[in-house]
Amino acid sequence: MKKALIPFVLFLIMTGFLFKGLFLNPREVPSPLVGKPAPAFSLPRLDQPAKTFSPKDMLGQVWLFNVWASWCGACRDEHPLLVELAKTGLVPVVGMDYKDTATDAEQWLTERGNPYLLSAVDADGRVGIDYGVYGVPETYVIDKAGVIAYKQIGPVTLESLRDDILPLVKRLQAQ
Amino acid sequence: MIKKYLLGLTSILLLAFTLQGMTHEAEPLQSDAAVEAQVQRLATQLRCLVCQNQTLADSHAELAQDLLQEVREMAARGMSDQAIIDYLVARYGDFVRYKPPLNKTTSLLWLGPFALLFIGGIGLFVMLRRRQAMQAELPLTAAETRQINELLK
Repeated sequence: MKKALIPFVLFLIMTGFLFKGLFLNPREVPSPLVGKPAPAFSLPRLDQPAKTFSPKDMLGQVWLFNVWASWCGACRDEHPLLVELAKTGLVPVVGMDYKDTATDAEQWLTERGNPYLLSAVDADGRVGIDYGVYGVPETYVIDKAGVIAYKQIGPVTLESLRDDILPLVKRLQAQ
Repeated sequence: MIKKYLLGLTSILLLAFTLQGMTHEAEPLQSDAAVEAQVQRLATQLRCLVCQNQTLADSHAELAQDLLQEVREMAARGMSDQAIIDYLVARYGDFVRYKPPLNKTTSLLWLGPFALLFIGGIGLFVMLRRRQAMQAELPLTAAETRQINELLK
């Protein structure tokens, strides 16, 4: 009798693993960049193409680095949240307009509001490769020393902002 | 006559431009056959992170084309296979490699099948031993002995 239960128990264990698998996100690939200095770059600004932005301009403060594009569907979902976040003034958000055209990007920001301190323009996606970007939107939390503390792949949600990003930002700001 | 000729020429030109517009892929800088061979070799070992279950060689995602272009430029600069793979792993993690390296996080993946085989082997061994023991201990009844003797006669 007991022996007959063994396959059933094995089956339950396997089902348990498979069930857990249903709720895992295969797109969440751990980034090797967390804990490393944010890759340096110098890119033109969207609003003033003559000026450039470089991550070292933000040294000394905690900031969010948000990779976005006007062609990106999921960016549409997170954008209102970023606008709200910008209103609170809790943390500066720098955008990177990824493989986009200036006209589309400008129009997007005019229509939906501009939550960004500024947006850097990565027209050919080169800097994106340095940051390991493979799905827009992606958001990085970068600390005062310019080290990447967290990477969010996919849109920022209310939950991820409340439970992960903002607590981390507060902790880093207190440092 | 000339009108007809012009019309034909225009349609051919139009067709040519349309076809050109359709073939939208990264143009290989086929300057060097060795570089191209290295790119192709690496393309089958690297994962397209957008499609996840395709190599760079198989994928037509835009990011895959960008990465391929990046690999091509690195190859043209004379970087070795290992250096190029290391460059991408530093940015995208081990997941970018189609064949995962053996390390702490992948140990279960690499060793798991052998562990299962080992456990299965032990199970099989124990079961066979038990069955053998059972067979050996089974004494013949008097009737069976008689039957055997009868048959062997």
